[in-house]
Amino acid sequence: MKLQKNTRLALYSVLEFATEPTRHISAAEIADKYGVSPHHLAKVLSELARAGLVESVRGVGGGYRFAGNARRLTLMDVIEMFEEFAAPEADRREPGERTPVGKALGAVLSEIDEIAKATFRSITLATMLRLLERQQRARAAR
Amino acid sequence: MTVTKAGRPASPRHRAGARQEPAAAVIRPVRRADLDPIVTLDARVTGLEKRDYWESLYRRYGAAMRAERQFLVADAGGRVVGFVIGEVRDWEFGAPPCGWVFAIDVDPQARLGGIGTRLLEAICAGFRSAGVSKVRTMLSRDNNLVLSFFRSQGMMTGPFIPLELDLDAGDRRPDAGAAR
Repeated sequence: MKLQKNTRLALYSVLEFATEPTRHISAAEIADKYGVSPHHLAKVLSELARAGLVESVRGVGGGYRFAGNARRLTLMDVIEMFEEFAAPEADRREPGERTPVGKALGAVLSEIDEIAKATFRSITLATMLRLLERQQRARAAR
Repeated sequence: MTVTKAGRPASPRHRAGARQEPAAAVIRPVRRADLDPIVTLDARVTGLEKRDYWESLYRRYGAAMRAERQFLVADAGGRVVGFVIGEVRDWEFGAPPCGWVFAIDVDPQARLGGIGTRLLEAICAGFRSAGVSKVRTMLSRDNNLVLSFFRSQGMMTGPFIPLELDLDAGDRRPDAGAAR
């Protein structure tokens, strides 16, 4: 499964905000950390704000702050905001998809997608933050 | 599958909310008298009453419990609010001995209070004392509630892939056609 750039930016952002939920973090800070354009990131952040997952704070020291529930919000909840999982319309089907070989290949790809979706649905931001902590501890112990 | 679309508002459950306080519960080995509430809890959660199954589990895991085979309950003031069952299996699927958790549940009214975590910690402590250093489980990928719980405890996808096959009524042995 390949995620769109906006989806990855949204995931990076919500995880950054959820790591320090009381701090206001500027879009520029996140853009700099992940090497992306602040203008591009601003569009993603405005979608997250519209969904109520972050809130913007104006003025000196302003930026964005996490407004979600890290124990409830899953990776899939964020991904679904930016990706379409429904079956494609007839005019967007890949060539050969309706052939017997195409259908058999489609069954295998669906199998992989279903596992990926179940994985994204089962991982909350809180779980991701714990995973990050464990990885950081393991790196520090080396 | 990956077509960009406009952002969709997240539901209110994703927004910040109050966390429930942990319930006071004791984790202890199952007793014969616990079976009725366990059968009731399982039936409430799964929609199926399986008394014979639970009686059988009690005989195998509860009555003669040791570190390799555990059947534990969470007891909150004399009320069973959760249970966990597991055992150490040697060389199953070719893997070195490890602990398997094959049932865990918490009363829906007592969830989000850390009881599931304590049940899992208790059974893992038993597995450690039995000399194993890994715990595994397997569940339906549709079971998001329990999948999320195990994920929150740090469990990751293991090295095995479950496979299955619908068996036809006819003989499907590779040599069955040649014999005819």
